[in-house]
Amino acid sequence: MLGKPTSSATAPEAILIGGSAGAIEVVSLVLGALPADFRTPVVVLVHLPKQRPSALAGALSGKCRLALREPLDKEPLAPATVYLAPPDYHLLIDEGPSFALSVDEPVNFSRPSIDVLFQSAASVLGPRCAGVLVSGANPDGARGLCAIQQAGGLVAIQDPDDAAQGAMPEAAIALCPDAHVLATTEICQWVQQLGAWQTSPRRGST
Amino acid sequence: MLSGEFDIELPLLLEAIHLKYSYDFRRYALSSLKRRLEQAMEHFNCRSLSALQERVLREPEVMRGMLAHLTVQVSEMFRDAGFYRALREKVVPYLRTYPSLKVWIPGCATGEEVYSLAILLREEGLLDRTLIYATDINPEALHKAEAGIYELDRIADFSKAYAEAGGRASLSDYYTAGYNAAVFDKSLREGVLFSDHSLATDSVFAEVQLITCRNVLIYFDRVLQDRAVALFRDSLCRKGFLGLGAKESLTFSSYAAEFAEFVREERIYQRR
Repeated sequence: MLGKPTSSATAPEAILIGGSAGAIEVVSLVLGALPADFRTPVVVLVHLPKQRPSALAGALSGKCRLALREPLDKEPLAPATVYLAPPDYHLLIDEGPSFALSVDEPVNFSRPSIDVLFQSAASVLGPRCAGVLVSGANPDGARGLCAIQQAGGLVAIQDPDDAAQGAMPEAAIALCPDAHVLATTEICQWVQQLGAWQTSPRRGST
Repeated sequence: MLSGEFDIELPLLLEAIHLKYSYDFRRYALSSLKRRLEQAMEHFNCRSLSALQERVLREPEVMRGMLAHLTVQVSEMFRDAGFYRALREKVVPYLRTYPSLKVWIPGCATGEEVYSLAILLREEGLLDRTLIYATDINPEALHKAEAGIYELDRIADFSKAYAEAGGRASLSDYYTAGYNAAVFDKSLREGVLFSDHSLATDSVFAEVQLITCRNVLIYFDRVLQDRAVALFRDSLCRKGFLGLGAKESLTFSSYAAEFAEFVREERIYQRR
């Protein structure tokens, strides 16, 4: 199921999920399917109107067995935690790995921008991160997903026919033709397998 | 995404800028810095950071342009209504007890936060006895801050934020609208000193009762953040206040123990 891992791909230290219009439903399903012992940190970025507290936390609370929160600047990525990109900031991965924030200009008319998050993760984590891009009506995220793939990380794209809005997945498929194109239920399994990949060798070694 | 040579050239460029112009970006957070340098390469039509370094070293006007890429964040007036409401309701009662007030806004950029705070202090009857130090390393940004002129198409958002932040009047009471710009009332800045100051290289210059430094520390790494927070500690009077951005925290700072959380959810701290 993980399929076509490049030779450099390795168990991810972070799984990044990006989306826009129509993404909350998919993200809810993916997060809801994660077991309580899922260790790999998950970072979720969905374009939303700027407001505090974000609508995303409200929509996802109660649907996920893992700790759910918006990261602070410089906060280290911790296991068994789902991080939600706060509204009106860019969210980046920095050395550590830890989170960094910026209020630089919007990218692809978006702040937070999926490209900014994915490109920073590719730069810092290289093959040790995985990216998923789901439903959305604009092309943000395609270049970032491509950067993760070029850095050796695993990437998946929601099947545009299965997505509420196909434009974002289609833009990503055009830019990274080798990425897995998966239906929603397959994305749930794919993410779970990425987490299992991390935990199984560790159990053996401790 | 660029890598390899870029990662080698990056510290060399920062070192060159520091040696030649004394601007110290060596402890800026890498993730944002990389993006900004990529944009600068594109802007100056340079194929590598080495090529950019060549121009920065030999053409001072390129360095001036670089400063815009490396520093200026476009800010908004009254960003985060809850922060300004907390200042008004919880911090101002303490500020009233001082016969005269000093406030420091480090990294003030183009001044949106300076005017927000000046308006709040005016409405609370405190502006006449307040001296505000508005500092930044970018002279062009400081000039814009001092002019207090903002594009008219940004004013609708500012007005909305002002109302949400508990503004007592109408924002239009504080500016004159021109053809496509709003010029803020110069009486708001009579007690404002706009000045060059670097959190990376300069030291304490005054004792103040309030510092607001919002979404500036996010551009620094942990070491430089610590340097800045130590400056804040040494500048604040005992029981003085420090306001940070919504996602900034002293949790990861070496000086966390020297501040108490005053309004936790709005990141307002009090010097112990």
